[in-house]
Amino acid sequence: MGDIASGLIFLVFALLTVFSAYLVVSSKNIVHSALFLALTFVGVAALYVLMNADFLAAVQLLVYGGAVAIMIVFGVMLTLRSGNAQNSNLDSRNALAGAIVSLLTFATLGLVVFTTEPWRKTVDLSATGTTTGDISWLMLTKYVVPFEVAAVLLLVAMVGAIILAKGVNDSK
Amino acid sequence: MNFSLTVGLPHYLLVGAMLFCFGLYGVFSKKNAIAVLMSLELMLNAVNINLIAFNRFLWNNPVEGTKHLLLNGHVSAIFVIVVAAAEVAVGLALVISIYRSRLSANVDELDWLKW
Repeated sequence: MGDIASGLIFLVFALLTVFSAYLVVSSKNIVHSALFLALTFVGVAALYVLMNADFLAAVQLLVYGGAVAIMIVFGVMLTLRSGNAQNSNLDSRNALAGAIVSLLTFATLGLVVFTTEPWRKTVDLSATGTTTGDISWLMLTKYVVPFEVAAVLLLVAMVGAIILAKGVNDSK
Repeated sequence: MNFSLTVGLPHYLLVGAMLFCFGLYGVFSKKNAIAVLMSLELMLNAVNINLIAFNRFLWNNPVEGTKHLLLNGHVSAIFVIVVAAAEVAVGLALVISIYRSRLSANVDELDWLKW
């Protein structure tokens, strides 16, 4: 019963994620694409919860569902010519080649996933609990240098984005 | 091939593969530069799903000598999220800057590096 229930919950959120990802790339209106992108992020956060990654789910909702989705919507509004959103997200002439390449990639990935025997063994999932403390422990011991580098990267990206969008001469 | 009702590693990997391939299709086939950025975000999310699924289903045990869980996959996913946030900020700034000078966000028209 527990297996069936958790399987059904996984199925619901996996279908939500994949279907809204499909609508992101197939929608003709880019505003709809941006909204379905936010829905995809929420679905991925639900999958994180199912994988016992509570901190990552919260970060996903805050950073992707909040910040990135809003930023994408702002980008859409600032680059939409004459406010006409119809047919604003059309396919280019590479669409067929892209479809073929991504289908072949999916076939390869699926083949690898379902033929690698060690990945299909039943595992002991009894070690549960919150992950926040352990992530912080790892980040401040083993990964402290990448942690600082990531902080510098965020600062540089913020300065670069402001300079690129605003221009150097305007800020004087 | 036995499909049991228990959700395991292959199911999560399959969801990740689907997200990645939709993102790949979007990167190849979209005209609008913002749509290309959105598809990139889909691909990065697929990678994060894979990282966390591997951590959950293959490495779900404590570090020896401590009671801390081995969460290298989670830390990698956090770094991916950091880089994705930086990438989308700089990418959107670039698109807005290009749009201001060329009045177009169509990637097919960004061809002034042609010789």
